Amino acid sequence: MKLSRRSLLQMSAASVALTFAKPVLAQAIDDLVIAYNVNLPSWDPTTGPSAVNPTIQGLYQAVFDQYILQQPDLSPAPGLLTDWGWNEDNTQVWMDVREGVKWHDGSDFTAEDVRWSLERVSREETGSPMQFVWGTLANHRVEGNRVIADVVQFDPTIFKWMYFLTGYVLPKDYYERVGAEGFEAAPIGTGPYMVEQYERNAFVRLKANPDYWGDAPEFETVTIRFVTDASSRVAEVESGNSHVTLEVPYEEYDRLRARSGLAGTDAPISDIAMIFFTNRDAMADENVRKAAVHAVDKQLIIDRLLSGYGVPLHTLETPEYLAFDPSIEVEFNPDLARELLAESGYSTDNPARFTIQTTRGYKPKDYEMIQAIVGMWRRVGIEAEIEVYEVARHFELRAAGELAPAAFYNWGNSVGDPTTSTGFAMFGPSPHSAWNSDDLNEMIGPLWGEADEDARIEGWKAVSRHIADNAYVLPILQYVQPVVHSDRVRVQQHASGALLPHLITRA
Amino acid sequence: MILRRLLSRLATTLVTLLGVSVIVFVTIRVVPGNPIAMMLPPGATEADIDRLRALYGFDRSIMEQYFIWLWGVVQGDFGTSIQSRQPVLRLVLNRLPATLELSIMALVIAVVIGGFLALTGTRLRGTRTEGAIDVTSGMALSVPDFLWGLVLILLFGVLWPVFHISGRISPQLTSEFTTNFFLFESVVRLRFDLWRDLVSHMFMPALALAIPLAAIISQLLKQSLKETMHLDYVTLSRTKGYGENHVIIREALPNAVLPTLTLVGVQFTFLIGGTVIIERLFSYEGLGNMAIDAVINRDLPLIQGIVILFAVLFTVVNLFVDMLYAVLNPRLRHA
Repeated sequence: MKLSRRSLLQMSAASVALTFAKPVLAQAIDDLVIAYNVNLPSWDPTTGPSAVNPTIQGLYQAVFDQYILQQPDLSPAPGLLTDWGWNEDNTQVWMDVREGVKWHDGSDFTAEDVRWSLERVSREETGSPMQFVWGTLANHRVEGNRVIADVVQFDPTIFKWMYFLTGYVLPKDYYERVGAEGFEAAPIGTGPYMVEQYERNAFVRLKANPDYWGDAPEFETVTIRFVTDASSRVAEVESGNSHVTLEVPYEEYDRLRARSGLAGTDAPISDIAMIFFTNRDAMADENVRKAAVHAVDKQLIIDRLLSGYGVPLHTLETPEYLAFDPSIEVEFNPDLARELLAESGYSTDNPARFTIQTTRGYKPKDYEMIQAIVGMWRRVGIEAEIEVYEVARHFELRAAGELAPAAFYNWGNSVGDPTTSTGFAMFGPSPHSAWNSDDLNEMIGPLWGEADEDARIEGWKAVSRHIADNAYVLPILQYVQPVVHSDRVRVQQHASGALLPHLITRA
Repeated sequence: MILRRLLSRLATTLVTLLGVSVIVFVTIRVVPGNPIAMMLPPGATEADIDRLRALYGFDRSIMEQYFIWLWGVVQGDFGTSIQSRQPVLRLVLNRLPATLELSIMALVIAVVIGGFLALTGTRLRGTRTEGAIDVTSGMALSVPDFLWGLVLILLFGVLWPVFHISGRISPQLTSEFTTNFFLFESVVRLRFDLWRDLVSHMFMPALALAIPLAAIISQLLKQSLKETMHLDYVTLSRTKGYGENHVIIREALPNAVLPTLTLVGVQFTFLIGGTVIIERLFSYEGLGNMAIDAVINRDLPLIQGIVILFAVLFTVVNLFVDMLYAVLNPRLRHA
């Protein structure tokens, strides 16, 4: 055989390919691989800053169970607690604990674990970020298979927190034996999957829990790779290296799901895009606020910028939330916007001017959305100057009450209760709000402790109507979460936005 | 002479690191983005904010915080990460080997490609091949490394899926190692199955980092060779009847390589800095990837730890190159 330079190069390339070529993915998927969009900084779902990070709750829920199970439509269902409630005068709460559940190390789950977990996060020194919630209960005790606690301050949403941030049950004996550091190194829960291996910033390998009390997960092993770059996630699923990924650009989503071997699911989740208004500068003028709201064509933004993936909103409540009121509508009416502005002496020649702050790339098309809205405003007589900042700066300014007259943000409310959306976002004394006015605070104040559930929900609906009538905020849309996956698996989405491995099955 | 030079550089290094620590510490505290505001749960009150500030020590003055931190560093305690609540030193030391291995692999690839192109261009000077090499080097240099990363992902990750797109090693193989220097350990233990898996993960990020550096090496070395090839002693070699390959490699290269060596040292520090974006793109679990997460989450102790470690790396590499140059250059060696 004559060896030419060309044939030598060809042989070299072929040998490289043979050396490193990955085996073709088998037809049946044994080890499910998910390209996840965020890293997991800590395994403790109850204390520290990670515990309140909504983007990693799906990872926690694969390993740990919450007190109360939250179903994919956000509704509660019996979980580790099979029943719960208040006594007649709302001075005590009671919780019945599921029997026959085992921790991942094989030990028995007991009512004492529930008591200890609740008591632990009610103490400041544990670093519990939700101490102000769990601290409303005290004197936790076990009576048979029931946990009872005294109510220090009545909170009608306390049981909703049991399937929200930090609402996880941890193993008392194991945690006390290994300590916080040992738990980080080898976490155990009662959830559908057990942690087999974890490499920070790289991956976590999960193994099905053979003793899981609920339906057994379909895949025996699941590898979750932390692939934070969107283009790399697209490549991961396109090359077949990963079977499922999420949070890909909408244009890529349409392209990928049209490809042979890939499929896609998309469903609205509990995250919304909104613009905070503050009572300052031009936004103190009711006509300017109302004009700013009426001038925005939300459906056009969804169609043009988000490839049709989104649900226009008129309040901070999405259709899945408890206090959603479909009768509240704020129409897109640029003529009305012009009239309102004219009443205050503004026009396209003499526009109302203010600054709008936004992130860029923090959420899909955030900056582009604001550019489009500023363009719509310009046509009716509002000239807004865009200021781009990082989300960390947004949090800082919002907590200090120093946001610009308008500021884009996305609000997540996976529990679906109005207190954790409209409540915290619009109640003036809350560090998360931007608007602060007596009329609204007086309406919201009594609802924090309203014991009558129907009255409470109706109260929040009235608040939403009042906010819409006075244009105290500009709700834009509810996000739709695209999930791209192999056509050999079926993905059931959770309205909270959490991608749960145990809800993925073979197609 | 070299020892005195070494001691002098060590003293300078200490002052540099102290200066870096002050700049980093103050800067990340005065730039917008409060870590406490980032971690506020819904419903938090002013009292909760104060409690969190006190918990993480942000209720003290910056100067007070700095001296507490510096005293800790002197004792080997770089603080605790806000996000993961793990000791910073342990976190960064766990990730350092991954970044070092990636950087060294990129350097080796860059030297091999750059050296090969320079020698080929010199050997075939005046031909179309030299022109093609010049054009290729120009292109390689004008495209940033992260863009090369995307091109490589498309080519060798999607269209012709030969290499892995993300990670450092296949998850099921990580338990095979006893140190964090996976590549080094796989060679020492003759575990070529592990080596193959590691290289198939590292090759694309390393190549993306290496391409711009290879272009620089190629251009500089070729220029040095070109100048050297006109010197009298090279002409003498030719007159003696040595072949062109011998003249280039044995006679011209040893002298031409010195300026390239200095440049490679300087560029290597930039290459380590470049790992931040590349590691992110390839989800490679090194220091760079960790640094981005730390910045996003305003994990101040971790940012400080990573920057200080990067600063140490930079100064050590510079020191090493400086010493190597002194050893290789007879004029400095005998000065």
